[in-house]
Amino acid sequence: MSDPAAQKTPAVKEVLFGRANQKIFKDGLWDNNPITYQVMGICSALAVTTSVKTALVMSLGLIFVQGFSEAIIAALRNHIPARIRIIVMMSVVSAFVITLDLVLKAYFYSIWKQLTVFIGLIITNTLVVARLEGFAMHNPPWKSFLDGIGNAMGYGLALTAVSSLREVLGSGTLLGFHVLPRYFYDHGYSNNGLMLLSPGAFFVLGLLIWGHRTIAKYVEGK
Amino acid sequence: MIYYVNLLVKSIFIENILLVYFLGMCSFLGCSKRTDSAIGMGAAVIFISTVCTPACWVVKHFFLRKGGMAWAGLPGLDLSFLIFITFIAVIAAVNQLTEMIIEKFSPPLYNKLGIFLPLIVVNCAILGAAFFMDQREYTLTESLVWGFGSGTGWALAIVALATIRKRLGYSNIPGSLRGGGIAMIITGLMAIGFMCFSGISL
Repeated sequence: MSDPAAQKTPAVKEVLFGRANQKIFKDGLWDNNPITYQVMGICSALAVTTSVKTALVMSLGLIFVQGFSEAIIAALRNHIPARIRIIVMMSVVSAFVITLDLVLKAYFYSIWKQLTVFIGLIITNTLVVARLEGFAMHNPPWKSFLDGIGNAMGYGLALTAVSSLREVLGSGTLLGFHVLPRYFYDHGYSNNGLMLLSPGAFFVLGLLIWGHRTIAKYVEGK
Repeated sequence: MIYYVNLLVKSIFIENILLVYFLGMCSFLGCSKRTDSAIGMGAAVIFISTVCTPACWVVKHFFLRKGGMAWAGLPGLDLSFLIFITFIAVIAAVNQLTEMIIEKFSPPLYNKLGIFLPLIVVNCAILGAAFFMDQREYTLTESLVWGFGSGTGWALAIVALATIRKRLGYSNIPGSLRGGGIAMIITGLMAIGFMCFSGISL
């Protein structure tokens, strides 16, 4: 799961944003994208992508939660007993999720209403758990923080792509602004309601996975 | 009575937790490569979901909701912000308990379901069912029916996908579409199939 190059701890003091750290960051963002490559954390990727706005809020929330919980777990990694590590991870993640939930509820009430249970479900987002287990348990806090931010941004990138497609095709808008010209509608074009329903989400994500894997030349199980 | 049957039908078919709310996708994709592991995982989810949703209801009703601690002489206490962390703790505890009880009383069943139980803590279908129970303010009986129904709906979907994937083994799919990509598209088609149930009420 975790990158072998990142695991060996260098003897010399490293630059804060040196090449090795940049690689950790980039790995999650593109080469090892959590959604399209690892196929993880897709529950929320499908559910919140009916509009770009909710997808962006969700991604920012995940960047916050994942970055900080990875840093904290990495700082505690030598003190966590192996048998109860899952529940320790869940507690740390839940603490950040509660913070996020209360902040959203206080300042962005309408978006919080739309996201409903999916903020709470960040706790069981397999992406968070897998990175904590696979990376933060073996690496120092700063590296883990970068890994968390990188992966969460990769997740955000995929969410933005899915939600842009779904919003444009489903309601003809992007971030709430009409982008499709009136001309189309006058000549018989109509919004595809299926894109806003669950099958549309599955299709768009399936095609996105196909697209990214074709570019990255990755074949599963080979 | 008819109300509960209606809720059951709604939670299994019309509002299928996987195909409509997308919950439990990760173990859905991970455990659907073989039919027998899909059946095992499905059975484990039905069981845990049926137990956990009412258990979360009890904890919420007597401890977390506003005024819930009135029995302890603390009527003004509102602990509802602790719902996230408590529910996941309840689910983890019930899971551990189930594992120990099954291991003690039914070793053959443990051999079948044992490997799936630890995976369920991170299955968001269970936690999601508990959150929906909280959000929709179900009663105890309703949450029991809802927990059982959503677990059954999930099991139904995973067994269906596993059998479809078995047949897919014989077809020639473009390399980069194999695995995750084609599973998503099949799930989308299944979701369209389930949409025909919408609007049914007894």
